[in-house]
Amino acid sequence: MSQHATTYVPKSAAAKWFESRLPIAGLVHSSFVAFPVPRNLTYFWTFGAILIFMLGAQIVTGVWLAMHYVPEATRAFESVEHIMRDVNYGWLLRYLHANGASMFFIAVYIHIFRGMYYGSYKAPREILWILGVIIFLLMMATAFMGYVLPWGQMSFWGATVITNLFSAIPLVGDTIVSLLWGGYSVGSPTLNRFFALHYLLPFMIAGVVVLHVWALHVVGQNNPTGVPIKSGKDAVPFTPYATIKDLFATIVFVMFFAWWVFFVPNYLGHADNYIPANPAVTPAHIVPEWYFLPFYAILRAIPDKLGGVLAMGGAIVVLAFLPWLDTSRVRSANYRPLYRQFFWAFCVVCVLLGWLGAKPAEGGYVIASRICTAWYFIHFLVVLPLLGLFETPKPLPSSILETVHAGRKGGGAGLPVGAAAEPSIKG
Amino acid sequence: MTSRRFVAALALGFGLALSQAASAAEGTPQPPRQSWTFSGISGTFDRAQLQRGFKVYREACQACHQLKIPFRTLAQNGGPQFSTAQVTALAAEYKVQDGPNDAGDMFERPARPADNLPWTFPNENAAAAANGGKAPPPLQLIAKARGFERGFPWFVFDAMPFLSYQEHGVDYVKALLVGYEEPPAGVTVPPGGHYNKYFPGHVIAMPKPLNSDGQIEYPKGPDGKSPVPETVDQYARDVSAFLMWAAEPHLEQRKRTGFMALIFLAVLGAGMWYAKKKVWAKVGGEAEGLPGTAPLGPTG
Amino acid sequence: MATTATAAPPATRRDFLLIATGAVGAVGAAAVAWPFVAALAPDAQTVAAGAPVEVDLGPIAAGQIVKVFWRGKLIFVRHRTDAEIKAAEDVNVATLPDPQPDSARVKQGHANFLVVYGNCTHLGCVPLGNEGAFKGWFCPCHGSVFDTSGRIRQGPAPINLPVPPYTFVSDTKIRIGEESKTATKTAAA
Repeated sequence: MSQHATTYVPKSAAAKWFESRLPIAGLVHSSFVAFPVPRNLTYFWTFGAILIFMLGAQIVTGVWLAMHYVPEATRAFESVEHIMRDVNYGWLLRYLHANGASMFFIAVYIHIFRGMYYGSYKAPREILWILGVIIFLLMMATAFMGYVLPWGQMSFWGATVITNLFSAIPLVGDTIVSLLWGGYSVGSPTLNRFFALHYLLPFMIAGVVVLHVWALHVVGQNNPTGVPIKSGKDAVPFTPYATIKDLFATIVFVMFFAWWVFFVPNYLGHADNYIPANPAVTPAHIVPEWYFLPFYAILRAIPDKLGGVLAMGGAIVVLAFLPWLDTSRVRSANYRPLYRQFFWAFCVVCVLLGWLGAKPAEGGYVIASRICTAWYFIHFLVVLPLLGLFETPKPLPSSILETVHAGRKGGGAGLPVGAAAEPSIKG
Repeated sequence: MTSRRFVAALALGFGLALSQAASAAEGTPQPPRQSWTFSGISGTFDRAQLQRGFKVYREACQACHQLKIPFRTLAQNGGPQFSTAQVTALAAEYKVQDGPNDAGDMFERPARPADNLPWTFPNENAAAAANGGKAPPPLQLIAKARGFERGFPWFVFDAMPFLSYQEHGVDYVKALLVGYEEPPAGVTVPPGGHYNKYFPGHVIAMPKPLNSDGQIEYPKGPDGKSPVPETVDQYARDVSAFLMWAAEPHLEQRKRTGFMALIFLAVLGAGMWYAKKKVWAKVGGEAEGLPGTAPLGPTG
Repeated sequence: MATTATAAPPATRRDFLLIATGAVGAVGAAAVAWPFVAALAPDAQTVAAGAPVEVDLGPIAAGQIVKVFWRGKLIFVRHRTDAEIKAAEDVNVATLPDPQPDSARVKQGHANFLVVYGNCTHLGCVPLGNEGAFKGWFCPCHGSVFDTSGRIRQGPAPINLPVPPYTFVSDTKIRIGEESKTATKTAAA
């Protein structure tokens, strides 16, 4: 995959002048125009584009909200209400931003699970994958701090519970917590610094996204077969093929997004967050936003404070080691019958953990949480290393093109493929 | 199709993970579901109902509960839509504190439409002291700040088009207002408490606010009779609807905008779909029908 | 090994579709931009806070200038002395940079009170009262000089200090922010 030499040729003299000084058009051309895309990608490969769109949408709505928001404990709640009631289209900006966070996580979870199913983390894509894990971590930090800003009951108590996690660290825990708070409890200084960081982190995410895309364009995209591009016949140029497909998928996703924003805008939130923060009263059930629930369940499954925090952190960190934990040489689960079963089992466990995270930590729920937490780690630390040694994969296709043709015959629905259709992608 | 299963599992997982919803104490019956004019994807408020609801608020709630919204919003589109003159006159009935003046003193003046509705109490502590230790909660957000858990699978349906149910809070408020009962045998209500069927824990500090039919006089129609019954149940419905508007004053604009946005996106999406089809036709279509690689449908 | 597209085919249905879809998309982008632009405009609270303010003229001594605010904007209320009124009226209007007679800048019968916006029309600084060659106002930022009618006489400011809408509710009280129905023609801001 050595498509670094760009095929971009500046047309005008001005473009030539510019390109010889800053070859940005050539960079864009080789990354988003001429870049060869495996021709068999499914719509699961459009979530990268959707995520870039969501990041942009969150930054823009967030900047606009910041123009009206006041990061001060006595006025934060009121300023959000001011946005909702008095600012022109303020309700729209705020609902877009609040629901946008959930949409962002829906898209990122689909993106992550797609990568897991098709083995997109395997060599040579390890760095690409680890950059993705870093983005995920930054997203979690951003989302958490963003949820604190409205300064409702869930904001306040969520902040209290999560910052207290750090007190589990031996010796320096309490010092770290008071450094996070800027006081002796969660209060105005905490809110103000969370606001500063909530504004900063998305731009750091954007920076890591640039690296993520850069790494992607060095190693190329994986595809449903896991077999690399071997000839030009296996690929289509990014523009117009992937561009238009990504655009279409993004529009469909925005329709989904719009449903939440306009018709069920408070469904994903929590009623208690419409009550101003009150340090004297804890809500009956403290529940994080849905996208944190599996990790929250892991935290509560361990009966030891430090152990719970370590397990929760480990559940994320273990993802970074996935390229080396999975010992199989075959990428796609389509050709790994056993791994496929374990993959679905893992998905079910994650869903169960999410459900358990929303339930009170008592009785059978605790036992179920422990079983699921154990399986979560067994999947990564035991199943994946061993599967690669014992599993017999199905024979891989010799090329992407072969599967495209075979699939069309099998499906019987495709358009007739004649030689006439081929020249456009002659490599 | 593996990927279809994949989608199904994710969708299910997503739904399950949402099972947080709102909280409810054990043993509390679910508030009955009401039919509201503002529910559903095209629901709007009933102006007359909001105006009656505001009257109920003034006569039955305002003595204790704050409603921190500006008078002017009572005239804005999508709300009770009192006339500007009515709102100005209404505001002038109240006194608000202003100042300091040039001499440095605070002074009282008649309220203006830009002012918030004033509260009986100067601050929360005063309200708590006068109400047995706990301040009556402000009502401007109460219809969104209350809810109850519906449990699986109902909470999944609550988010879906045509099945969506977003009126947990307002249903709860309505149920609470008519939920006062004699405590069942064996239940002792502590002094200062009142038994309410729908309140989590059943013992509520608030005394029954709506006591008898005819307690609040509604505007009369041309025939000299109120167009709606002047009953406790109707008062509770009307004030709940009013509080829903107070919590979500742009509900109508939101739904209207959403309707236009979805129609627009459907048109754009259809165009993009055909354009994409045409572009991909050049390479003979996609790998449709491959095991594990079926593309998502347009609703995916 | 990079793939390349063939030469552009003749205009086809595909091109039309792409153009039509692109046009719809452009309309959508504009529609999305609208709420963001609207959200920059003054919000409902700010607009509502622009309710008229009343100023009691009684305590203002002749020769004194008081500062009041309406809609967050500074306004000078100046109780002019007879000499100042005379100075303002005895000017050949045609020679002024922004010609306007003094009578057009005060309410009829109330020439002793001048009400003008308090920010220099050059770049918005606050001019100093009773200063400058005409003893009206002098702007310390860039040297604009205003007379006792608030008219620009020297310096870079392009127009006179505008007169806000106001009305006399009694002889000793004005309400700023509400134009009197029988007002004499006042300066366009």
